[in-house]
Amino acid sequence: MAADRTASAPTALTQATGATRGTIGESTLRPDGTLKVTGEFAYSSDLWHEDMLWGFTLRSPYAHAAIRSIDTAGALALPGVYAVLTHDDLPAETHYGLEIHDQPVLAKDRVRYHGEPVAIVAADHPETARRAAARIAVEYEELPLVVDEATATAPGAPLLHPGRRDHHAAHVPHPNIVHRQPVLRGDVAAARARADVVVRRDYEVGMQDQAFLGPESGLAVPAEDGGVDLYIATQWLHVDRDQLAPVLGLPADKVRLTLSGVGGAFGAREDLSMQAHACLLALRTGKPVKIVYNRYESFFGHVHRHPARLTYEHGASRDGTLLYVQCRIVLDGGAYASSSPAVVGNAASLSIGPYVVENVDVEAIALYSNNPPCGAMRGFGAVQACFAYEAQMDAVAAELGLDPVEFRQRNAMSQGAAMPTGQLVDSPAPVAELLRRVKALPMPPERAWEAAGGPVDVRALPGGLSNTTHGESVVRGVGYAVGIKNVGFSEGFDDYSTARIRLEVIGGEPVALVHTAMAEVGQGGVTVHAQIARTELGVDRVTIHPADTRVGSAGSTSASRQTYMTGGAVKHTCEAAREEVLRRGRERFGASHPAWAEPARLRLADGKVVTDGGEVIGDLAGILGEEAIDLEREFRHRPTEPFDLRTGQGFGHVQYSFCAHRAVVEVDTELGLVKVVELAAAQDVGKAINPLSVVGQIQGGSTQGLGLAVMEEIVVSADGARVRNPSFTDYLIPTILDTPAMPVDVLELADDNAPYGLRGVGEAPTLSSTPAVVAAIRAATGLPLKRVPVRPEHLTGT
Amino acid sequence: MDFLRPAGWEEALAAKAEHPTAVPIAGGTDVMVEINFDHRRPEYLLDLTRVAELAEWEATDRTVRLGAGVPYTRIIEELRAELPGLALAAHTVGSPQIRNRGTVGGNLGAASPAGDAHPALLAAGAEVEAASMRGTRRIPVEEFFTGVKRHALEPDELIRAVHIQKADGPQQFSKVGTRNAMVIAVCAFAVALHPRTRTVRTGIGSAAPTPVRAHEAEEFLGAALEEGGFWDSGAPLDPSTARRFAELCAGACRPIDDVRGSAAYRRHAVGVMARRTLGWTWEAYREGDGRTAQCA
Amino acid sequence: MRVNITVNGRPYEADDVWEGESLLYVLRERMGLPGSKNACEQGECGSCTVRLDGVPVCACLVAAGQAEGREVVTVEGLADHARQRSAKPAGAVCPGEPEAGHPGKPEVGGLVEPETGRPGEPDTARRAEPGTGRPVGPDVARPVEPGLGHPGEPETARPRRPGSSRPGQVVAPLAPVQQAFIDAGAVQCGFCTPGLLVAADELLERTPDPSDADIREALSGNLCRCTGYEKILDAVRLAAARTGKAV
Repeated sequence: MAADRTASAPTALTQATGATRGTIGESTLRPDGTLKVTGEFAYSSDLWHEDMLWGFTLRSPYAHAAIRSIDTAGALALPGVYAVLTHDDLPAETHYGLEIHDQPVLAKDRVRYHGEPVAIVAADHPETARRAAARIAVEYEELPLVVDEATATAPGAPLLHPGRRDHHAAHVPHPNIVHRQPVLRGDVAAARARADVVVRRDYEVGMQDQAFLGPESGLAVPAEDGGVDLYIATQWLHVDRDQLAPVLGLPADKVRLTLSGVGGAFGAREDLSMQAHACLLALRTGKPVKIVYNRYESFFGHVHRHPARLTYEHGASRDGTLLYVQCRIVLDGGAYASSSPAVVGNAASLSIGPYVVENVDVEAIALYSNNPPCGAMRGFGAVQACFAYEAQMDAVAAELGLDPVEFRQRNAMSQGAAMPTGQLVDSPAPVAELLRRVKALPMPPERAWEAAGGPVDVRALPGGLSNTTHGESVVRGVGYAVGIKNVGFSEGFDDYSTARIRLEVIGGEPVALVHTAMAEVGQGGVTVHAQIARTELGVDRVTIHPADTRVGSAGSTSASRQTYMTGGAVKHTCEAAREEVLRRGRERFGASHPAWAEPARLRLADGKVVTDGGEVIGDLAGILGEEAIDLEREFRHRPTEPFDLRTGQGFGHVQYSFCAHRAVVEVDTELGLVKVVELAAAQDVGKAINPLSVVGQIQGGSTQGLGLAVMEEIVVSADGARVRNPSFTDYLIPTILDTPAMPVDVLELADDNAPYGLRGVGEAPTLSSTPAVVAAIRAATGLPLKRVPVRPEHLTGT
Repeated sequence: MDFLRPAGWEEALAAKAEHPTAVPIAGGTDVMVEINFDHRRPEYLLDLTRVAELAEWEATDRTVRLGAGVPYTRIIEELRAELPGLALAAHTVGSPQIRNRGTVGGNLGAASPAGDAHPALLAAGAEVEAASMRGTRRIPVEEFFTGVKRHALEPDELIRAVHIQKADGPQQFSKVGTRNAMVIAVCAFAVALHPRTRTVRTGIGSAAPTPVRAHEAEEFLGAALEEGGFWDSGAPLDPSTARRFAELCAGACRPIDDVRGSAAYRRHAVGVMARRTLGWTWEAYREGDGRTAQCA
Repeated sequence: MRVNITVNGRPYEADDVWEGESLLYVLRERMGLPGSKNACEQGECGSCTVRLDGVPVCACLVAAGQAEGREVVTVEGLADHARQRSAKPAGAVCPGEPEAGHPGKPEVGGLVEPETGRPGEPDTARRAEPGTGRPVGPDVARPVEPGLGHPGEPETARPRRPGSSRPGQVVAPLAPVQQAFIDAGAVQCGFCTPGLLVAADELLERTPDPSDADIREALSGNLCRCTGYEKILDAVRLAAARTGKAV
């Protein structure tokens, strides 16, 4: 077994085998795999520096309070404490934010959510820092709470951000509404009059947490030039930098960020967490400062998925045609804006799902409240809507007496269909086909707990090891769902990625260096970048440079966009490098072969220049010689435009992505416990650049959707808006015993607008898995189940 | 904070006598969480993992003397026959890693109403052997829990062992959590048939300020079995008897609403578990194996 | 206080340990072994799983003082551990059994002895340094190229190059379970991976041919947020199949 592995020289990594050197379309293995399985891979929390201090954050125990005074003397007096900073110590800008700069670096005279940072400490040991923080005396005066739409918009409601001047302030109906986006199409009233069946229901989605495993952390090192180097786990180095520099009072070039190992992200690292705090402490003390959140603090340290209340009305004719959809989606954005406006845009524009509906009346809003701030999480506004519209599709099908899959297929969109925004879907949209595929899969065997023939295997039953049933009251149910997600940044955002390619000869062999600022958060972007460079440049050896801010922005690792965007940038820059190779070759060797004059006929393969007839006419190493090619290029997707603020019409999205699920569950109907037996998915990925990673994304995304369906929710207390379960003891995510077999059927229908025809993969599976699981539970129990996560109380009427 | 590392039992008792505020630590699965999360900063930590005798168990005719420091994994592997209810309960504790470290002594010391071992101890019948420099006493497990996370130990006392009645009939344990593994009990239930004394005992977890027995249910069922001659006949139980037993078990709960579950659900679930586990134990009794079949 | 622990066969000593510190903190912050991950500090995720006298435990819940004099195996020592196991007759390894032979001296050919690990000399010097978590290609970046250098960057802040930190050492083969995790696509962000590997390796040591239900139960204390576990199951099956074939 060990014989097929190559032990390599110290300067190379252990994976210089064929399996890590594939081109696009191959299941190339991760280049960082060996580091990750040996414990050598350094995550941001693993960093260490000589003379390093530990930072700690004092947070508000109240969700809404005025700060009357802060006394740091007791903390400063503690031996081992190097600095204690409050709002008054901030050197420059005091607020930051992704879109709206409404979030204080440290609270000034008011805290707006439970856990808001109030003061920061640097000390020589984490325990010293904790003890010091405990000695900071803060005098609070509690204020009335805004916790939902009613309290946010009631007459005399406290304003979260009085005197708003952001670009949404003018069009929102109330200052406690961050953003409002209607989408209007056709004539709903007329359609309602024609409808044979009308289903109107309210739905609710709880607040989900990304629950990445590697808590927020980073190391800030003060530099001799007065700047700071920050080693950080993030999703977007440049947007971090652009928020940090003004807060630190430094020019952007003195705030240098390098990506550290990232222990998952899922949206939670799109906003700043400890970045500014660590840098401020480092600049104040002149020493490197490391901050690592523990799990408790992590729940307060990042935004969550917006909880939502949704009201949907669907009307259909007796023949099974959807006539109209009217809906209202209220997202709770919590205390600060984060990416709420963009989440609203997504929820509104994707609110009716992948269906053709002529008459649509949609309103989506996000609130400001004293609940925890919410922002990006995998699925980004489309998850909440999908839960509701798919429940509606089942309900309407039931009213019509139609099979739920058939009803969906009848109304499914396909290429050329118009979205409610008026945007035409100009690439494949195989919605009906994806449903057909999941439905066609064989069903998992019944009563698997009896399979062994001996005593029951409780591990295969609802309740698992807890031994709650030996088969009593266990009922199987099957449910289907399909969803639509946009890929890339929408609504006119200038979304681009940058890649730098250096092509040179090392040791007689051509080597490509790929340098981008793309945040590798686990998705495998580093793998596909190397695959793309190999494919485009015909070299075997590709080195991935650490991601940092010395190269242009790669945009965010979110919105399912990185393979499309930074992968596209790598491709684009490689093409430019190839042109340069051919130009140089033509210059030097043009006389030797007529094909040099026709670069369109030439490609690079195996370190050679090859004609379309397969003839080798040049050698990469020979062409390059001592002179490297070093290029940096930007790549943009086609432009989008903002949605009209009144009608929601507009070419708002770059690309759409579709996934369908079939869930098979077994429910202990008496105890209300659920075992998901199988969660099958079918997804169109355009082109699977790395099939192994594609399946990994689909299964991972499906599992997060499963978690939202049956267990995951941040619970906020009704009386104080305090988080009640900030721990892995009480915020539960699926274990391996909660996660079923997940067959995946990958469809590859090229999108001609995208590099290689690919389609963003990461988010779509998170959408439809939740409604599919809940549909299956409904099928098993006959209950309406209008809220996720479904709790045992909902299934047992307790 | 000081770290005390007694090498033997006498040394441990002396340390506890000298530092009554010392927090004993065995598997660390509760104490370390409190320290890691800054909920607790004890003056002294008293490490009991070096006291070898605490990790031993011995069986006598009627009881098992379970050292306070025997980890759950060993209970599952070694005491399945003698203590089937406790072994089932041990199997629901946390994760494999936690079962490798966590101990019944630690579970008792934490005295959480949600402790997984407690209902099984209550149902089997057990006494806690508490010791100090002043001497040793045995506390019936029913009297051990005095409130939420409070117990009957004096400040200078340590738990040395638990004396648990060996099973003389089928036992079962069942626990509701909202995940299929690694979950704290929303509520739990244990039942043990004791054919030798012709009694039935129960234990309820996480549905009252302390783990409790459902005395009324036990008495009802004991009487029903006795009067109907069921112990001798092994006849199937009347569904109405099982239902009444379940109602009385649910009625013994004094649950609260919390983030893990509602009071109403807890009461309901205890009733369901009581009915089911009674069914499983009675079937096993009827089949005459005298011990429950192991299921997991 | 001072704590002495044998980690991956080497004696380590840590001074000035605060009594409330966990074994995990001591491994990561004092002994330069950050492979074991800190993701929850309450035994609810398994990312810090190590073998303590052979037994898989959450290092976050072991007080540092409780590990005094004990044997610990972390992910960093997993390959050696597996190699020593496979060098013994099948079934000869008992959990907790001290490993025979000098751990720094690999028992299979083709490996160069590491420069560290002389008996009796605690290894307190190795630390993870900033930037080493960079995504690295199969070929590591060449030492600072023209135009890439970062003037003013402190020496210690320069990314440590994996492999280059131990000159003269040929990278050891991975444990079967480590290789299988890579091959099966069981690694995404990788934060759960070290703990899962230690747990999975111990399962395969106990149960060389586990059923799917056995795998699920054995790994039920290890949370993964990226993969949905399917590829992890694949990896453990693959490791079992390969090991079975090799024996």
